[in-house]
Amino acid sequence: MIDKKDVEYAAGLAQLKLDEEEKEKYTEQIGEILDYVDKLSELDTDDVVPTAYTVPMKNVLRKDEVQESLPREKSLANAPDEKDGQFRAPKIMSD
Amino acid sequence: MSTKYETVIGLEVHVQLNTESKIFCGCSTEFGKEPNENTCPVCLGLPGTLPVLNKKVVDYAIMAGLALNCEIAEYSKFDRKNYFYPDLPKAYQISQFDLPVAENGRIEIETDEGIFNIGVTRVHLEEDAGKLIHEGSIDKSKGSLVDYNRTGVPLIEIVSEPDMRTPAQAKAYLTELKMIMEYLDISDCNMEEGSLRCDANVSLRPVGQEEFGTKAELKNMNSFSAVEKGLEYEVKRQRQLLEEGGEVVQETRTWDESLNKTISMRGKEEAHDYRYFPEPDLVPLEINEAWKEEMRKEIPELPREKYKRFVSELGLPEYDAGVLTGDKDMAVFFEEVLKDYDDPKNLSNWMMGEFLRLLNENNHSPFDSGVTPLNLARMLKLIDEDVISGKIAKEVFEKMYNSGSDPETIVEEEGLKQISDEDELENIVDGIIAENSDAVEDVQNGKDRAIGFLVGQVMKETRGKANPGLVNQMLRDKLMD
Ligand SMILES: [Zn+2]
Repeated sequence: MIDKKDVEYAAGLAQLKLDEEEKEKYTEQIGEILDYVDKLSELDTDDVVPTAYTVPMKNVLRKDEVQESLPREKSLANAPDEKDGQFRAPKIMSD
Repeated sequence: MSTKYETVIGLEVHVQLNTESKIFCGCSTEFGKEPNENTCPVCLGLPGTLPVLNKKVVDYAIMAGLALNCEIAEYSKFDRKNYFYPDLPKAYQISQFDLPVAENGRIEIETDEGIFNIGVTRVHLEEDAGKLIHEGSIDKSKGSLVDYNRTGVPLIEIVSEPDMRTPAQAKAYLTELKMIMEYLDISDCNMEEGSLRCDANVSLRPVGQEEFGTKAELKNMNSFSAVEKGLEYEVKRQRQLLEEGGEVVQETRTWDESLNKTISMRGKEEAHDYRYFPEPDLVPLEINEAWKEEMRKEIPELPREKYKRFVSELGLPEYDAGVLTGDKDMAVFFEEVLKDYDDPKNLSNWMMGEFLRLLNENNHSPFDSGVTPLNLARMLKLIDEDVISGKIAKEVFEKMYNSGSDPETIVEEEGLKQISDEDELENIVDGIIAENSDAVEDVQNGKDRAIGFLVGQVMKETRGKANPGLVNQMLRDKLMD
């Protein structure tokens, strides 16, 4: 099933830092969730088309019309850091 | 004995669609605005917002799919492609994973080596990311500045089959794609501005081997020549590696234009695990026959068909047909003139000669100049009817180009009419004969070429207006009986 390595990998992708205790705990909890969901595979779905969307709606579209954007001060209002009208993000590359 | 290797190239091409508004919000897609002026809660990925799909984006993707001979999906959906990068405010890109708008297409390309069919695996829709400016070098920067104006600009990604065997074929494929998009008028296709982007997968395998070799992914080729040069370099690099008994490593490499080589990006990018899943905020697309047919009607004659028709029906040389159909406006202009003029080859000479020269000089597209198709047709008729000489026509044409006047007015106002009246030319011809006794003697001694010199003198005297055929005949009559 799932082991600590999988949890570490998933945490890495999500950019989460987990301590040892959390890793153990989540390995167990996620394992239980997966076991539970796995019940579904008992069903024979060979002849069932995979469902991509559960609400019976389709083609919700808008016209290609320009609407007013936010004033730039508002766009930047929640930015922790900004410079020259741009968002400032911490450095990207680790090495 | 050394092994012979075969090159295998596949291209992934991103095309920015030229809609007015973004793919999932009403922000303008206009290029060149101040940073972050074209942003709103949706494209900034603020919590609680919902994307709504722009219909025109789907229209364009269907048109692209049809033009690339794809099957259009009856049922298509969007997915989230997850990764962290500051140019992506939501930490996922809305894209399409397993049910793209179009699949299984192909296009025909032509190189010096012949005609090839290149498979198109798929055409899918996605949103563009923002633009990052690193403070300092990418390695040592303290941070990055982000402009989200481009975030949410609609893109189609066109993925080819690994069907290309030379960098020249790859360039021809990319050129053909660009022309098709331009004919469809769904993108500006400007590589320098980033509205057309190309990544390549390149590998080598021993000739005869079915299995593909290990590939490198090549990025950052920002012009057509960069694509060709980058691929040529990469093919050479891999061949050398293999011939020396080495192995190609699967990696991303970036083309460095200033160093003229590809550089490994290994260690500078994380392993990709995008964890695609269906985008729950967008409902699926169902594209029925009626929608498809409506879009099919929007597709004009495509460059390759036009090229073939220009050769087969108009009798143009392949070279002419290639130049004229290589630019949509050029082809449209050409066909407009043909409505009032019926010598395609003569027209083609003018368009590829004087017209193209002036267009390039002024950095104009055909419809930017003062020359209208009808006026060009009228000018060509003036030449055919001997009203003006071919030489004078160049002068008339340049005046038309700059002023927008019609040729008859220019000829009238500037007194450029060809002199085809023998009486009017008589004195001038006699004068030239009197002044050039050496040449006259040469002519009389059978040196036929000296006639050309005398004709030239008469032309000079009349500032190009004399009818050269008539002058030639008059000189012969006077000197050679
Ligand atoms: Zn927006």
